[in-house]
Amino acid sequence: MSLSAKEKVIVKDFFAKVSSRSDEIGAEALARLIVVYPQTKSYFAHWKDLSPNGAPVRKHGITVMGGVYEAVSKIDDLAGGLLTLSELHAFMLRVDPVNFKILSHCILVVLSMLFAEEFTPQIHVAVDKFLALVALALSEKYR
Amino acid sequence: MVEWTDFERATIRSIFSKIDYDDVGTAALSRCLVVYPWTQRYFGNFGNLYNAAAIQGNPMVAAHGKTVLHGLDRAVKNMDDIKATYAELSVLHSEKLRVDPDNFRLLADCLTIVVAARMGADFTADVQGAFQKFLAVVVSSLGRQYH
Repeated sequence: MSLSAKEKVIVKDFFAKVSSRSDEIGAEALARLIVVYPQTKSYFAHWKDLSPNGAPVRKHGITVMGGVYEAVSKIDDLAGGLLTLSELHAFMLRVDPVNFKILSHCILVVLSMLFAEEFTPQIHVAVDKFLALVALALSEKYR
Repeated sequence: MVEWTDFERATIRSIFSKIDYDDVGTAALSRCLVVYPWTQRYFGNFGNLYNAAAIQGNPMVAAHGKTVLHGLDRAVKNMDDIKATYAELSVLHSEKLRVDPDNFRLLADCLTIVVAARMGADFTADVQGAFQKFLAVVVSSLGRQYH
């Protein structure tokens, strides 16, 4: 399942449109990950504060969303463009790839919440495919 | 037996008392058919599903979306025994309709996203948690009688 040229445009346009709230999207998505899927907290045991609205979670959500935007800019070659991030996740963070799917779902929920009118089914499918491809690119170096 | 907290019970009841079943049911099913197009395999006799606009305007999709949402009502009213409530429907989906049970999860995800859109900021992380737990129980119950 690869992105068509039209879908790449849809993804780039949509993320450009919502970029002014990207920090909010990231923070909300990560907060939801922690609350709705408590098993994901296992990756953040080193944080003193694991409350969903606490500073560490929100700050990390912003970092992750920054990564998503980097992926948007490299949409024509995700595997190549996200190589460094893939090495980070594979060798250092060792996040089980199942969590990429879960986080993608949380991002979609937040996008739907904040941009109900704009997040049409057509945009939903393009963004869902994009996030799945980002997850795949991040898993590149795992084994 | 599924344990429900007071917050979860109240949340589920509240959500289902506030949503417009017809609107949400139609939106969730049509979104599912657009976002996961392979699910269209079960609706061969629904006519025009050729593109997103056709799907969203299709009256048979709308009618079936409403049927599904009203079906969820039974679980809302019987939260302490959803498994028994859906035993017959599970057999129907397995033996007669032959629906891959993974599709229940896909529809549940679309329903979550539609409800999030309708509720906006009220769809907090805790509310999302309760709603997804409820749907997970429904999905599991519908898949229970498959063999």
